[in-house]
Amino acid sequence: MTPDVTPEGMEVVFRRPASLVDVPTHYCPGCGHGVVHRALAEAIDALGIQATTVGVAPVGCAVFAYDYLDIDMQQAPHGRASAVAAGVKRVLPDRMVFSYQGDGDLAAIGTGETIHVANRGDNILMIFVNNGIYGMTGGQMAPTTPLGMKTTTTPFGREPATAGHPLRITDLVATLPGTCYVTRHAVHTVAAARRLEKAIERAFRLQAEKRGTCFIEIVSACPSGWKMTPREAAAWLDEHMLAHYPLGDLKAPPP
Amino acid sequence: MTSGTGGDIRLMKGNEALAEAALRAGMQAYFGYPITPQSEVLEYLALHAPQHPGTVVLQAESEIAAINMVFGAAGAGARAMITSSGPGISLMQEGLSYMACAQLPALVVNVQRGGPGLGTIQPSQGDYQQAVKGGGHGDYRLIVLAPASVQELVDHVFLGFQLAERYRNPAMILADGALGQMMEKVALPPIGSLAHSTPPWATTGKPKDRPRNVVLSVYIQSERMERQNLVLQEKYRALRETEVRCEQLGMEEADIALVAFGLSARICQKAMDLAREKGIRVGLFRPITLYPFPTAALARAASTVQAFLTVEMNAGQMVEDVRLAVEGRRPVEFTGRMGGMIPSPDEVLAKIEEMAARLRSRARS
Repeated sequence: MTPDVTPEGMEVVFRRPASLVDVPTHYCPGCGHGVVHRALAEAIDALGIQATTVGVAPVGCAVFAYDYLDIDMQQAPHGRASAVAAGVKRVLPDRMVFSYQGDGDLAAIGTGETIHVANRGDNILMIFVNNGIYGMTGGQMAPTTPLGMKTTTTPFGREPATAGHPLRITDLVATLPGTCYVTRHAVHTVAAARRLEKAIERAFRLQAEKRGTCFIEIVSACPSGWKMTPREAAAWLDEHMLAHYPLGDLKAPPP
Repeated sequence: MTSGTGGDIRLMKGNEALAEAALRAGMQAYFGYPITPQSEVLEYLALHAPQHPGTVVLQAESEIAAINMVFGAAGAGARAMITSSGPGISLMQEGLSYMACAQLPALVVNVQRGGPGLGTIQPSQGDYQQAVKGGGHGDYRLIVLAPASVQELVDHVFLGFQLAERYRNPAMILADGALGQMMEKVALPPIGSLAHSTPPWATTGKPKDRPRNVVLSVYIQSERMERQNLVLQEKYRALRETEVRCEQLGMEEADIALVAFGLSARICQKAMDLAREKGIRVGLFRPITLYPFPTAALARAASTVQAFLTVEMNAGQMVEDVRLAVEGRRPVEFTGRMGGMIPSPDEVLAKIEEMAARLRSRARS
């Protein structure tokens, strides 16, 4: 393979994926969304599916995902991204379709849609960014907020007696026969982000084979919502989030 | 418009005729959820859609999911339809607001039942305001059609798809439980008589030679949000200018004009005949498009008739729009029944006679 070289004769070791638009990011420092967008774009480029992929953006910080991803996209009502994506896929069965949702979107207001898309085995990829908080609205408790975590609506820490327990919806989804690949990833290290990119590629390949719903959770940091620096947030994610949301495949077809 | 153009003639139940018409109109996707009195639409489509290859029919887990599947399918360029009744239509209001803002065409059918709340499964026109004033949040309108027969229900499926696609706006057929359940003779248009092509804005996958298509309803900057609102308002202005439809029977020589839509208009037609037998000069003004409302035609009628009587199967909803059109130039009275009760022609006749007596005594004094 010939080395990638600039006109000045310098070797290129890092470049923007073709499926990402060249614009400044609006995400906060330390936020996972930018890295997830990139992993998604790299997977789309690697598979050469930019022209055949349709994404559905959520409500929340990633509502503007279509500002970054250079593909056709739809923006769904809160919680309904997977239903919208199922609607797209039903009429365009040969396209690659994914929904991109946060934890409030997918695991609170959109729980019904999540479960039923996965149960029907709608042939889409659901990308689930779990940062344990409502980021865009200013850091309120999410269904996934770890116990004891202080948010603007659990100012004394999440208390199970009143606020219930952090929901492992991915574990629930993995029990459904409509799913074929259910996996949990992170993006707080370079190695983790690389693994995510490979998982997304695998999910799209399975979608091309019409194997059923693929579901990728990404445990992600929200330093602004968590009121931490990006470094503190990454450490906190490692210690507290991953303890409750361990990384790895929950369900995977034989390779 | 589309009836009797080489199709076949059948005796059909309203809900089933509606479903058959949708298949013949080239509907590509239907998402539904069972609710009385319209469940036969989903049942009919589940049985007959396989004869139309490529047509998606899916029973969703809720009306909320169903309308969002319509959102996705319409955004992907498909001719999509959804049907329900009051409680289900209420659940769809969020999705309809998003679709109106994102300018997605689709056909929504409300086979109305009596409310509020869970209400009753008997026919009603209680969702008029919800249908014609927007229904969900924000400044938007649906194109609203009011069929008065099973034949017109069929015709409005074609017209609804046409208008929705021409104006890139959700269209609603505001039917009722009686229309959905009753059997009448219908002429069904032939398959393939309504052309459709994937619109250029649809999210079908971005080829290299065009910018990405994005279907959205979020404009975080107020200036852009207002601009999008102006686009919508301009569309509604165009609708009011060009798409108003109404039917007028015996209005030229009428002293009293009955104003009614849908099933109420059928009842009024009978009441009109009874009144004429008694020598009372009664006409019938039937709005066919409830939005855009036939305001100008009603205003013209106010120059010739003495009084209006609006008849509805609700507490008096359209009567507000009739009064806005008449602008106080003539008395506008109301009679109706609620909660699934249907006014009888005799009840309407009694009201007509009472009004006629008042008009006579006023003329004498």
